[in-house]
Amino acid sequence: MKMDKTVETTRLERFLDSDIWHSFKKSPIAIIAFVITVVFLLAAAFAPLVSPHNPFDLASIDIMDSSLPPVWMDEGDARFFLGTDDQGRDIFSTIIYGARISLLVGFASVIFSMVVGITLGLISGYAGGRVDAFIMRVADIQLSFPAILIALLIDGVARGLVPKEMHEELAVYVLIFAIGISGWVQYARTVRGSTLVEKNKEYVQAAQVIGIRPGTILRRHVLPNVMGPVMVIATIHLAIAVITEATLSFLGVGVPPTTPSLGTLIRIGNEYLFSGEWWITIFPGAALVILVLAVNLLGDWLRDAMNPKLR
Amino acid sequence: MVSFLLKRLLQSIIVMLTVALIAFAMFQFVGDPINNMVGQDTTQVEREALKEKLGLNDPFLVQFGRFAWNAAQGDFGISYKYKTPVSDLIFERMPATLELAFVSAVLALVLGIPLGVYTALKRNGWLSKFIMTTSLIGVSLPTFLTGILLILFFGVILRWLPTFGRGDVVEIGTWATGFLTISGLKSLILPSFTLALFQLTLIMRLVRAEMLEVLRTDFVKFAKARGLPDRSVHFKHALKNTLVPVITITGLQLGSLIAFAIITESVFQWPGMGLLFIQAVSDVDIPIMAAYLVLIAFFFVLINMIVDILYYAVDPRLRSNDG
Repeated sequence: MKMDKTVETTRLERFLDSDIWHSFKKSPIAIIAFVITVVFLLAAAFAPLVSPHNPFDLASIDIMDSSLPPVWMDEGDARFFLGTDDQGRDIFSTIIYGARISLLVGFASVIFSMVVGITLGLISGYAGGRVDAFIMRVADIQLSFPAILIALLIDGVARGLVPKEMHEELAVYVLIFAIGISGWVQYARTVRGSTLVEKNKEYVQAAQVIGIRPGTILRRHVLPNVMGPVMVIATIHLAIAVITEATLSFLGVGVPPTTPSLGTLIRIGNEYLFSGEWWITIFPGAALVILVLAVNLLGDWLRDAMNPKLR
Repeated sequence: MVSFLLKRLLQSIIVMLTVALIAFAMFQFVGDPINNMVGQDTTQVEREALKEKLGLNDPFLVQFGRFAWNAAQGDFGISYKYKTPVSDLIFERMPATLELAFVSAVLALVLGIPLGVYTALKRNGWLSKFIMTTSLIGVSLPTFLTGILLILFFGVILRWLPTFGRGDVVEIGTWATGFLTISGLKSLILPSFTLALFQLTLIMRLVRAEMLEVLRTDFVKFAKARGLPDRSVHFKHALKNTLVPVITITGLQLGSLIAFAIITESVFQWPGMGLLFIQAVSDVDIPIMAAYLVLIAFFFVLINMIVDILYYAVDPRLRSNDG
């Protein structure tokens, strides 16, 4: 037990003394991007506590409050900071709830991609031969199509498989599956490359010699050593996944309007653009851009910080 | 050269067969084709007869072979929703998408290359820094938001440009073109710019990176040392050497332009293949989805092959070991 404790403290110390932490402290852009991302995450996680109104509680919305402009415009109402939509829902609150769905789908599909990609990458790199050739050929073919097209196709096929009355219920899971499958290739390729390098190192050979099963070697010994680049990909992939989700929802094949994500909100608001109620669509759009930009900047910084060539 | 070509051709055929298999599998697993064709009151015997007549009781490979053979001839069956041949629907919509993608590609090149050259030459100028920062925001802006912002600004506030549809089209044979009317050209501006923006930033950044790389090489330094004017060094020596990767990337991006047109067409209600496809996805109209998938795959494979052959022609190093 005592041993464990020392290991834990040194881990924290090691982190505070690491290149990553030092580079983070020196980069104001990384700090700002990190703060924005964390604010989004917290707001999304505690949406019921943070948002001023509950936009999905029918008792609390009043049709008389519909289509109010933001507070700084002439007809603005102090209760609704960013104005209201056509049903009288507070835009600021719907954005928080929308970000919750967007981030949920984003994270879930990134994790899904990671699990599929890392598993196939490890197997591909470690097994080699025909298995490797087959997996990489599939990856090549998938990579020659844009991810959004693949996500759309999977979404369409899944809609056909799921009975109509369950569409809305299962829409979120279908989306996670579609976006997840469309993104595994990057992970698999990176992990395969690192595995090819790692498997010839002495510690892996030692583990093989003492008779540890391949599955255990991959999980306990190889996996921790290939995770660095995977984290960089995962961060950038989160931004892509959030954009893909928003795009699919905007196109009307994503999250249903009953539990809107940022993309669904933009789609709904788009219909009111021509009648002058620009705030219904522009604010969710701005929230999406800020979130994606912050995550992208964080990913860029992480990539540079973990690249030894740039130090 | 011949063996290289044959190898590429074989690879392309394998890719196309795989895609066709996926498209075929969609028919197999999603819904019952018979149910989509007959009414509620058709008896079981009639259904079986129709099934036999359509060859749905044949072995899998026979059915797939027939599907692939028909697809190769452009026959993808009848749309579940419109009840007309899918090929007619797609070919009717194809000119709209191809014109949009073509104008976008030209826009991306015509704006992207000069901007890239400028930002590379005036690396520390304020305008370059401004352009680079703006392009970063451009990358983070999803295509559909760009479209919405452009509609809001030029369509709703300024009322300068039309925001949906193609305007008036002129039929040349079977090809309906929007290039020949004023309203057709005006309608093209917003969608094509929306679609071009991402490629534009990509090309600009690529040209800039390549230019910076080339400007550091010895032959450029030597050209400068010889006292050649800047203009000649920058454009004759440097730019020429950056264009090979630019052409490759642009070629490869042509395919994704057609795919990304789905989003742009949806925002601007542009009557192209993408809009047809997205409607098919929400209606689960499998024949249209399958046909679109195969068609896009065909475009991709074709473009990839042309780019590979161009590379082979341009880069002598590839020729020596006959990969």
